[in-house]
Amino acid sequence: MPLLRLALASLANRRSTVLLTVFAIGLSVCLLLTVERTRHEVRASFASTVSGTDLIVGARSGAVNLLLYSVFRIGNATNNIRWESYQHFAEHPRVKWAIPLSLGDSHRGFRVLGTSEAYFEHFRHGRQQALQLAEGRPFGSEPFEVVLGAEVASSLGYRLDQEIVLAHGVARVSLTHHDDKPFRIVGILKRTGTPVDRTLHVPLQGIEALHVDWRNGMPARGAGRVSAEQARQLDLQPRQITAFLVGLHSRVSTFALQREINQYGGEPLLAILPGVALQELWSLMGVAEQALFVVSLFVVLIGLVGMLTAILSSLNERRREMAILRSVGARPWHIAGLLVMEAGALTLAGILLGLALLYLGLFLAQPPLQSHFGLYLPLTPPGVYEWGLLGAIFATALLMGALPAWRAYRQSLADGLSIRL
Amino acid sequence: MTTDPLLDIVQLGFAWPGQPELLHIPVFQLSRGESLFLQGPSGSGKTTLLGLLGGVQLPGRGQVRLLGQDLASLGSAARDRFRVDHTGYVFQQFNLLPFLSVAENVALPCRFSGLRQRRAHERHGSVAAAIERLLGDLGLPAELRQQPASSLSIGQQQRVAAARALIGQPELVIADEPTSALDADSREAFLRLLFAECQAAGSSLLFVSHDQSLAPLFDRALSLADLNRAAPRTGV
Repeated sequence: MPLLRLALASLANRRSTVLLTVFAIGLSVCLLLTVERTRHEVRASFASTVSGTDLIVGARSGAVNLLLYSVFRIGNATNNIRWESYQHFAEHPRVKWAIPLSLGDSHRGFRVLGTSEAYFEHFRHGRQQALQLAEGRPFGSEPFEVVLGAEVASSLGYRLDQEIVLAHGVARVSLTHHDDKPFRIVGILKRTGTPVDRTLHVPLQGIEALHVDWRNGMPARGAGRVSAEQARQLDLQPRQITAFLVGLHSRVSTFALQREINQYGGEPLLAILPGVALQELWSLMGVAEQALFVVSLFVVLIGLVGMLTAILSSLNERRREMAILRSVGARPWHIAGLLVMEAGALTLAGILLGLALLYLGLFLAQPPLQSHFGLYLPLTPPGVYEWGLLGAIFATALLMGALPAWRAYRQSLADGLSIRL
Repeated sequence: MTTDPLLDIVQLGFAWPGQPELLHIPVFQLSRGESLFLQGPSGSGKTTLLGLLGGVQLPGRGQVRLLGQDLASLGSAARDRFRVDHTGYVFQQFNLLPFLSVAENVALPCRFSGLRQRRAHERHGSVAAAIERLLGDLGLPAELRQQPASSLSIGQQQRVAAARALIGQPELVIADEPTSALDADSREAFLRLLFAECQAAGSSLLFVSHDQSLAPLFDRALSLADLNRAAPRTGV
């Protein structure tokens, strides 16, 4: 390929401009791939947060709101639901299992979830994966036991049998601590890549015991206080929970039960299908996500336009080069082909650089992303879609290369063999 | 041996668009193996004439025939191919692609012309051998051959350009002021090398220059002013 050799030698001759151009394209390609990969991983991890649950039930509000606080631990419930309502549906003949959820406390920025043993038995994430313990055991009948999500344990450096104090409310800095009733760590869960990792799980009785001596949202003072030991003796049957997850014997009855819950006479309840609510939530986030994609596409376009500028502005000073080539027999289309190849070579180098930067970035950013955002970006080779994107970038570059190619074609026809500058 | 002229111009007329006729050459011939000095000051239409001989421009009337082939009757791609097959060029200065090595520069015509590549093969065994031989005959030190062309002196560059014009034995070598950047001593030395190589390759040499002092070295010398019947331009 003599033409390709010529194109590469000519590029090597203009090293500094070429390197900058390749760098600009490389950065833009890296940005696009990073956005794409993050987008897809977020979407995937999003969809895998909850699975196997047929209905989520909470106080009547919005479907997205209910999904956010019950599954993603984002935001707060507007209202609690009564224990009787939970029991009513937990014992419903169509219901196979129900997991009560009680939220509202936190520990150093991580949410605390009050639940029952059913959580460890029935909760599923990803592709029907059950929760697994990395060490220890699930909490038992003792109210002051806690099972940590993987991220809670690793970022706070907690070990089994340590005692921790929960805080009232969900603010990162809480003024009210339940320091009279510490919890003992009895288990640590394996990593799931879902909000479970960032949650502390305690028995419902524990939540109840924490608040047993509270009146009007304030802890009792002096004689009114109940110690942990006293609390153990009390009846810790919860009176309220925040929400519950429901699994059915047969998915066919999902809609029937949903209607039944929504029309429940005891109190206003809302039952949602997790899949539908996830879709609804994703369509809200989809706009931002697509905007990000469009922006990164434009950045790539800017990178390519930069290349076009570099090639076009080099044309004038390369008229002699073109004339020499013409005098040794290059036809005008050879000259045009040379410039298209140049654009192709620059873009190819840019794409390779972009891939290298992407994998370097993934390699470096993987651990912090996972620990801070629970986002796992795998170091996998580019998929069909990503190759497609890269191919489209390359094709666009060749198309753009046609512009300087056409200019050079015209120029070399006009200049002929000799040009005196 | 054929008596047909290598280059034959008949009633050539040429004008740039919107300008009066620049060239009118009723008759001009160059024989095979002949070396011709064509004298002309700048602005006399020299470059245009060379463009016409190379088929880069086409005459408004009349014919330019190289090896009996009327250039205007060929399509533009065929004209380009015909030119590189049969003509080698040496220009005033900056003849070489600075980013290629000396040897790669010399090889360029063989990359674009199958005919010249074949001839280089037939005569020297390979293109590489032809390059070695030509550069050796032109006195270019062997250690410079893989150097980038930009590292050579101007005199060396012109010798490389001559080697490039001669590789694959084109029938015609056109030299456009190739010595004007050289000092007087190297000028004559370069010319003698060029003559010797043209003779060895059997190529005719059309040498265009304004420097009358070189004329006696050639078989024949002409002035473009005598050749051209177009009204002389005023004000230049």
